[in-house]
Amino acid sequence: MAEQRESHLWKWLLCTPALLVLVLAASGPLFIVLAYSFLTPGTMGGVRWEFSTEGWFRVFLQRDIFDPDEVRWNQAHLTIFWRSISLSLQTTIICAVLGFPTAWFIATRPPHRRALWLFLITIPFWTNLLIRTFAIQELIRNNGTINTLLMRTGIIDSPIQMMFTDFAVLLGMAYVFMPLMVLPLYAAMDKLDFRLVEAGYDLYASRIKVLWYVILPLVKPGFIAGSILVFIPSIGAYVTPRVLGGGRTMMLGNLIALQFGQGRNWPLGAALAVVMLVIVVTTLVLYLRWANREGGQVRV
Amino acid sequence: MKKTLTVSLVALLASGAMAKAEGVLNLYNWGNYTSPELIERFTEETGIQVTVTDFDSNDTALARIRQGGHGFDIVVPSDTYIPVWIEEGLFQPLDPEIVTDRGNIAPQWLDVDYDQGREYTVPWAWGTTGIIVNTSVYGGDINTAGVIFEPPEELRGRINVIPEMSDVMSLAIYHVGGTDRCTDDMDVLRQVRDMLMEAKPHWLALDYGTVDSYAAGDLDAGIYWNGASMRARLQNDDLAYGYPRAGYPLWMDNAAVLADAQNPENAMRFMNFILQPENAALISNFARYANGITGSEAYMDEVMRDAPEIVVPDDLIGAGRFGQPCSEEINDIHTQIWTELLQ
Repeated sequence: MAEQRESHLWKWLLCTPALLVLVLAASGPLFIVLAYSFLTPGTMGGVRWEFSTEGWFRVFLQRDIFDPDEVRWNQAHLTIFWRSISLSLQTTIICAVLGFPTAWFIATRPPHRRALWLFLITIPFWTNLLIRTFAIQELIRNNGTINTLLMRTGIIDSPIQMMFTDFAVLLGMAYVFMPLMVLPLYAAMDKLDFRLVEAGYDLYASRIKVLWYVILPLVKPGFIAGSILVFIPSIGAYVTPRVLGGGRTMMLGNLIALQFGQGRNWPLGAALAVVMLVIVVTTLVLYLRWANREGGQVRV
Repeated sequence: MKKTLTVSLVALLASGAMAKAEGVLNLYNWGNYTSPELIERFTEETGIQVTVTDFDSNDTALARIRQGGHGFDIVVPSDTYIPVWIEEGLFQPLDPEIVTDRGNIAPQWLDVDYDQGREYTVPWAWGTTGIIVNTSVYGGDINTAGVIFEPPEELRGRINVIPEMSDVMSLAIYHVGGTDRCTDDMDVLRQVRDMLMEAKPHWLALDYGTVDSYAAGDLDAGIYWNGASMRARLQNDDLAYGYPRAGYPLWMDNAAVLADAQNPENAMRFMNFILQPENAALISNFARYANGITGSEAYMDEVMRDAPEIVVPDDLIGAGRFGQPCSEEINDIHTQIWTELLQ
């Protein structure tokens, strides 16, 4: 008994460095951000150590610039929140819809070939995010590859404006985050018992029915993991919207960056960063609860 | 024991994070702004290896240096921010033993408001923020910001605006008749807000690196810096640069040695190095901005000497205005207008 307790203690002791790193490096900065959100903006950036709720007030509310007595919802911020959430959801859906057949294709190759396909999927990860984004830009700009090809073949006369649109941002984000969806989906499919699929066919289920009632429920954990992995970085995306969206409209990440840069309002920036965290956690909790309610079991 | 451990840890971290050895210099400068030829020549002459790190805004640079532990020796902020750097003690005065050629600074750049007598800084480059227009698309007057803020039919949807809040706000304030870019005249600011909100639907993008886009005809007009406009014109003759008559921002970026520089002596040698006309000319030849060093014109590329982007027309010189950073209250109003604009 005593020996067991001692070994427990020993385990904890061995864990200490890892725990310390976790607490100091992961939670520490978060607490600093939280603390900053309750302080007063310093001159030329930074904070003054005076308590203030102004930063939080300004996240959702706004005093009219020209009539300070009039307080209303901060329409600009709410619009930006919604744009970020909606674009991230759309990215997740696109990745899921395109990622599923991709993962299925890989999972149904002979085992010795799968490694090659997986390797191809992960290749973009070797390249810097910015460079990948510029590659997309090269494809869709007015005198880029796609427009040039379409014009040479006479399909269109003048270039299609694709850069600086929501389409460009979605395309870029879906491309950048796609592997994060494909890999967990593949992992789930790899474990899929294909005898169940055959059983479905044997019971005269159509292809659609087998997909819907047998395969999808079985790979659902892959979808859940993939969606989480795609949604979280999407909502904080900064580079892709800025480069491909042309900076005409802000995403949450750009709004936060503005406060820490030219806006010189660190408390507001910190409060916005906390809001982003809350949005991510809330979405996750809602999603996981929904996913669990549906149940992971096979519905036949 | 504990102390030894801490010290050695700190030393380990420090040596990993920054090169501290002899013969090294860490330069912290705007992106795409440092002539590789300049660095090569400096290394050839002195044997000092130079590392360049980019920043993208004055605020980023200031925030990073304030935190300490950055490992940089020289930083190149804009005129408006210099007083803040000096007041906060982030610079060290130029060492007169090493920086002996301050006399090379052109007289009008020697006694500047932000650094009287050049005690801390030397000029890097100066320029203007104005209007770039593709004259094959729009043939009207280009010496007005109206091209951007009240765009004519043919330019609508073809406009890019640099996402620099202070430059855009300054041009907008001057355009509606304000004289001080930090004005607290609410009437002026209201006009600015309304004008910007109306103009924005006609803007295609708010982007920085657009030299190629102008040259390729992806963009036909925009708010841009003179040097970048020149780089675009050298690729496409139809492009022209306008100086808004109602007022346009003038700026100068200045090199300074950081108070906590790891290699102060090398840094001072670099400061004196860029005071030499033949070296300052390399800065200009690369970035296409003038530099404020007397006699450097002789070493500049031919295309620089009479370029309309570099040589301001006589009747428009007076419209150029230096700024200062606005107070927190005014900057806050600018940020709110900017956020509303980009929502």
